[in-house]
Amino acid sequence: MSSLVVKSPGLLTTVQDLGRVGFGAIGVSPAGAADPVALRFANLLVGNQPGAAALEMTLLGGSYVFPAGGTIAITGANMHPTLNKQEIAMWATVPVPRGAVLTLGPTSDYARAYLAVAGGIKVKLFLGSASTHLLSGSGGFQGRALRKGDVLRFGPAPGKIRLRRASQGLLFSLKPRKILRVTDGPQADQFSQEARNAFSHQTFRVTDQSDRLGVRLDAPPLPSPPPASMITEPVPLGAIQITPAGQAIILGVDQQTTGGYPKIANVIGVDLHRVGQLRPHIEIRFERTSLAVARALWIERERLLNATEQLFA
Amino acid sequence: MRFCAASDQSILLYLGEEIALATNERVLKLLRLLQKEPPAWLRNIQPAYCSLMVTFDATRIDHPAVEAALRKFEQRAESLPAPKSRTVEIPACYDPEFAPDLLDVARAHNLKPKDVVRFHTSRTYHAYFLGFAPGFAYLGDLPEEIATPRLEVPRKQVPVGSVAIAGKQTAVYPFATPGGWRLIGRTPLALFRTNRKPMELISIGDQVRFQAISSKEFSELAAS
Repeated sequence: MSSLVVKSPGLLTTVQDLGRVGFGAIGVSPAGAADPVALRFANLLVGNQPGAAALEMTLLGGSYVFPAGGTIAITGANMHPTLNKQEIAMWATVPVPRGAVLTLGPTSDYARAYLAVAGGIKVKLFLGSASTHLLSGSGGFQGRALRKGDVLRFGPAPGKIRLRRASQGLLFSLKPRKILRVTDGPQADQFSQEARNAFSHQTFRVTDQSDRLGVRLDAPPLPSPPPASMITEPVPLGAIQITPAGQAIILGVDQQTTGGYPKIANVIGVDLHRVGQLRPHIEIRFERTSLAVARALWIERERLLNATEQLFA
Repeated sequence: MRFCAASDQSILLYLGEEIALATNERVLKLLRLLQKEPPAWLRNIQPAYCSLMVTFDATRIDHPAVEAALRKFEQRAESLPAPKSRTVEIPACYDPEFAPDLLDVARAHNLKPKDVVRFHTSRTYHAYFLGFAPGFAYLGDLPEEIATPRLEVPRKQVPVGSVAIAGKQTAVYPFATPGGWRLIGRTPLALFRTNRKPMELISIGDQVRFQAISSKEFSELAAS
C-alpha cells in the first residue's frame, strides 16, 4: 500500500477532511479543512471523493517522500511545490514516481495549501471524520500536527486517474479576497452606530495570533463595545467576536462551540473558505450583505461545485 | 422566545434571557426532540444555558422556514416530560499539587482552602450544557461564597482533569487545553472517551457531585 514519509513537516501540517458536523451538543467543534473548497478540488483532481482526508499545510509546506510513488494534487496557497526539485503545477493532477521527494516552501500568497493523494490519507476516524482537532488532541494522525519521520498510509487508489487541471475561470471565482462579506451578528444592534460604521469602513490587519481556532485582527479598537456580561451562548463558524478591548476575532474551524463575547457580524458561507486563507499581516475589510444575498450566493456556489464534481466523476 | 439569525446558515433561539433551571430544561427538551427526529436540513445543534443554535443546509431551507419549524418543535417539546437525568459522582483531589488557584480563591473570600473545598463539594450541580471542548460541561450554580471571576490572563495549558471554577460556574477540563478558569482540584476520571457510550462522562441535564479524595486515592483511581 502506498504511503508518504514526512521528511520535514513545515510549520503546521495536519490531516483534514470536511470535518465532523453535528456533535455540538457534546462540545465537539467541526474542525476540518480551513479552506474546504481547496480540499475538495485537490481530492477531485486525484479521483477521490471530495471529502477524502488530505494534508493541510500552513504558511510553510515541508518535505515528503513517496517510497512507492502515487498520484497527487496540490491546491490552495502557492508554496511553490517541487517534485525531485522540478517545479510542478498546482490545481492539477501530478503523477509521482517511486521514491520522489515533494517539497513545498514558504507561501507567496495565502495561508494554507492542500495535498491530496489518490486513495486519500488513511487514519482512524474520530466521530466519523479524519480531521485533526488540535485543541483536544483528537482525530487525524495521533491527534497532532505531523512530525519528521511520521508515515502516513493511503487508501486504495481509484483504478484509472485522468490527468486534469482546474480551469482558470473556476479558479478566479474561488479566489481568496480581501473584502469578506458579512451579515449582522446576534449582538450587532447592541453596538453603537459609531462602532458599526467603524467596523464597516476600517481596515483590519491579520495578526500572528491567528490559527485554526480563530483569526485575531488588529485595528483601532471599536468604540464603546457593550460590556462583556453576556450569557454564554452558541457561536457559529465565521462569527466575528469583539473582545472587551475592542478587538475583533473571526472564529475558525477549530472554534470553541460556545462563547461569551458579543458578535457584531458573521462571515457568510461562500466566504468562509477565504477566512481559512488569511495569513498574518495582510489587511482585510468587511462588507455588509443580506441573508437573502448570502443564501443565493451559497446556492450558486454549491451548484458550481456539484457540477464540477459531476464533470470529474 | 426570541429568534435571531446567527449567520447566513444558522439561527439562534433564545428560550429565555437568564441562567435558570426551568429555561435550561426547555433547551434540553428541544435538543432531545430535534436529535430524535432530525429534519433533513439540520446540520448541527448547539445548546447553551438559555439558547440553542441550529445550523442548517441553506440549499434546502431558509431562515423563516427554519424558524417556523423550530416553533412547532418547541411547542411539542414543551409538553414532553423532563428528560431523565443521571447523577454523576466526580472524585476530585483538592491537594495543593492539583489546585494551583485554591489558595487565591480562599483568600479572595477570607476563607481557608478546606472551606472552599467544603463549599464546592456541598452541592449537587446541574449540567447546563457542553461546550468549549469535547465533554466540557458547564455546571452550576456554585455557592455564592466561593464564586470567583476567571483569571485575567488565561493559562496556555490546563492539566487534563482539572476541576475549575469561574463566576458561578464549575467544570472539569477534559483535555489539556488553554483555559481561564481557576483550578481548585483534579479528577483522575476520563471526561471524554470515544470507546464509551455516551462518550462524555457528564451529559447535558445530569446532576453532578464532587467528592473529595486523597492524593493516594487519586493515584489508585488514575492507575485503574
